[in-house]
Amino acid sequence: MAFDVPKERFAGKIREAVIGATREQGGTRRSSLVVGGSGGLPMHRFESEVPHTPLVVMDVVDTPRVVPEVLQASMGPIVKDPVEWAKKCEKEWGSDALLLRLQSANPEEENRPVEQCEALFRDVLKATTLPMFVYGCGFEEKDAKLMEAISNAGRGERLFLGLAEEKAFKSLAAASMATGHGIVAFSNLDINLAKQMNILLLDFGVKPENIIMDPLMAALGMGLEYSYSVMERLRQGALSGDPVLQMPIICDASCAWGVPDAVEDDPRKGNVLQRGTNWEAITAYSAVVAGADLVIMRNPASVALFKQAVKDLAGGA
Amino acid sequence: MPTAMEIYKLLPKKNCGECKFPTCLAFAMQLANQKVALEACPYVSPESKTILEESGAPPIRLVSFGLGGEPLKIGDETQLFRHDKTFYHPTVLGVIADDSEGLDRMKAKMEAAKAAAFERVGQRIRIDAVAVRHSSGSPQDFLEGVRHAAAMTFPVILMTEDPKLMAEALAMCTASKPLLWRATPQNLDAMVNVAKACAFPLAIGGAGSLDELSQLADKAKKAGVVDIVLDPGDSSAGKMLETLTIIRRAAVKKKFRPLGYPTMSVLGESVEDRMKAALGVMKYSSIVLMKEMPPESAYPLMTLRQNIFTDPQVPIQVKPGMYTVGEPNEKSPVLFTTNFSLTYFTVRADVEKSKIPVWLLVVDTDGQSVMTSFAAGKLTPESVAALIESEKVKEKSTRNEIVIPGMVSRMSGKLNELTGMKIVVGPRESSGLPKMLKSVAG
Ligand code: B12
Ligand code: SF4
Repeated sequence: MAFDVPKERFAGKIREAVIGATREQGGTRRSSLVVGGSGGLPMHRFESEVPHTPLVVMDVVDTPRVVPEVLQASMGPIVKDPVEWAKKCEKEWGSDALLLRLQSANPEEENRPVEQCEALFRDVLKATTLPMFVYGCGFEEKDAKLMEAISNAGRGERLFLGLAEEKAFKSLAAASMATGHGIVAFSNLDINLAKQMNILLLDFGVKPENIIMDPLMAALGMGLEYSYSVMERLRQGALSGDPVLQMPIICDASCAWGVPDAVEDDPRKGNVLQRGTNWEAITAYSAVVAGADLVIMRNPASVALFKQAVKDLAGGA
Repeated sequence: MPTAMEIYKLLPKKNCGECKFPTCLAFAMQLANQKVALEACPYVSPESKTILEESGAPPIRLVSFGLGGEPLKIGDETQLFRHDKTFYHPTVLGVIADDSEGLDRMKAKMEAAKAAAFERVGQRIRIDAVAVRHSSGSPQDFLEGVRHAAAMTFPVILMTEDPKLMAEALAMCTASKPLLWRATPQNLDAMVNVAKACAFPLAIGGAGSLDELSQLADKAKKAGVVDIVLDPGDSSAGKMLETLTIIRRAAVKKKFRPLGYPTMSVLGESVEDRMKAALGVMKYSSIVLMKEMPPESAYPLMTLRQNIFTDPQVPIQVKPGMYTVGEPNEKSPVLFTTNFSLTYFTVRADVEKSKIPVWLLVVDTDGQSVMTSFAAGKLTPESVAALIESEKVKEKSTRNEIVIPGMVSRMSGKLNELTGMKIVVGPRESSGLPKMLKSVAG
């Protein structure tokens, strides 16, 4: 019986999205990044073109309360200084892009005024040259004003702003459309909801190349299997030709640091920091194997591990 | 499974009725539906019998090895993507004890592997096997290692390409039905003879291509080895994804028999290998062997395996009803949570940390988490109130109050109205429970 290698071809293709703008393009970033563009299953280089390898977006949070203690200890005091934190992501930790989370705008927590958040954004922009994502605090009313301010302050930079949700996307979409930024479209672990979210944005007038999807990454041990399968299905839907599913996918793997199994002290399960490091790296890696084009990560050691693994995955064919 | 027509063509066409069916065609139809056994017809030719048995076999052979009592089962997968149905046989994780490391180190590694077992969301997860390998060390150390593994009563994989040494080693652990690694183009005939004599499964590897690997497997099979494991031996993660995907596709979609076997990935200890192990779990390795598996990498890997091999239709769940933590009495607090295993065990562990005995009421949410079931309308004040009633909560605890998850504080009013109990809104994360319980109970 002769062996005939079974290869798969697809009608559809993932769209490309461009993040960040250089001086020539009207921004101040050192380069712009392109994600997506693949015409096959994730990293299946032996049968399809994979023009861009998945990228790491390290996050910078404007309040250290969300960073677990193990990680604060290893990342150092910079978690209290977002500008320094961002600089490290760029200069030492090899991040491809940055995500600034303006959590402290949260009216139920620090409730930091929009002007202060905008000032922080400007400082981070000035101190770094990586393409940027900026997320609000998740409270619709506050975010409407906040994201409008960010969108204006970052005019020309081709930011990606988030998160657009089914019930709260209009102000975000309007702000980014006015200034040429992209949008991160969040949906809740469901292929139909992901599609619905994209349709809402497209109907509103957002161009398809300005959308990146976030189908919600559940961390390792916290429902990862749901996210894994939703992404595999999203990818297959896109490849089989559904244009509304062909947007690149971003996954937030930093959620790994909220998993008790990953961060609790239990000597039987080995060194906590290394376990947490593996936890975040595996969460991100599984996202890529399932179809993610970008992953959001927090711990520099996890980023290093992940990057090496993705290089190995890209190097094979 | 072949169709009724395909089966019919292979039957004797005597229409004699001895199978208890009037015609051969009627019998063929029953066979196709797996309602009867082929043995019912006394006249099928041996050739037809072989063909029919082959075509009825699953696309990937089920292979088992390890201890007689609770053997490890690998293969028999039918899907490329878990969402299409499910993945059935979780990747076997094993540690390699190599004789180049010396006997003491080998023994220590084996003991550590056996000890690496945990309870996670109500399931047992562990390192499943040890692989004893002969490389540059002394054959004596290797055999001593094998003896040690056999005495440990733990699943064993014997790793040597020397057929004579293999025969010696397997004689020492016949009771534990080891997997033999491996036959290669250089030693195929001799190794096949060793495997045939003991009828233990045999791994095949060292081929230059998948084509060659399939030919070696075919040859071994024709020589009489039935249980085969394929070791494509890939240099990079990208290559590993490629070969394992192609093997799975060829077996499942094309029913290409020479590759219709479980697979294995033999890895080292580099950073890349750590992540390749994760790739193997997700993308079709039936066995992943690593040189080092310290708990901080083994534990996340086992968790990943547990996630990937969960049935996508049925979340892991616990039985609804009243549970106790410690020995609660009528003064002890009552808490409720959902019957999603992850939720239940997380909450339970946090309650245990408080050292305060409680009544823990577990509401049937079809195995969904608190927020998921609340958002889906499966966790309602009514469903909680009904369980409070049927579990006679008010008789068990006379406090007449219940602690509810912080995330569903919105159901307080209605739940109070339905039960007359005082509602205490707990923390959003159960990690806040120890602190809160101390103040509630104190
Ligand atoms: C995995 C997941 C799913 C899986 C289901 C997994 C399962 N078996 O439950 C799937 C994909 C099926 C799913 C579906 C949906 N989901 Co969902 N899902 C999640 C996800 C990612 C993780 C949930 C989880 O397992 N958490 C872990 C467990 C342990 O958490 P938990 O049960 O809440 O328990 C904690 C606390 O509640 C507390 N606690 C628990 N019990 C008790 C008891 C006491 C006394 C106390 C004090 C505390 C306490 O402690 C625990 C540990 O901290 C979350 C987002 C996230 N990252 O949390 C969304 C999330 C829960 N889902 C959400 C939604 C909306 C849905 C859908 C309704 C979406 C849709 N429209 O289809 C559907 C509903 C499905 C249906 N119709 O049946 C929302 C809920 C939003 C809201 N605030 O109402 C969330 C929060 C996502 C989001 N950010 O939007 N989901
Ligand atoms: S016993 Fe065999 S030959 Fe006779 S009818 Fe049945 S199938 Fe046909």
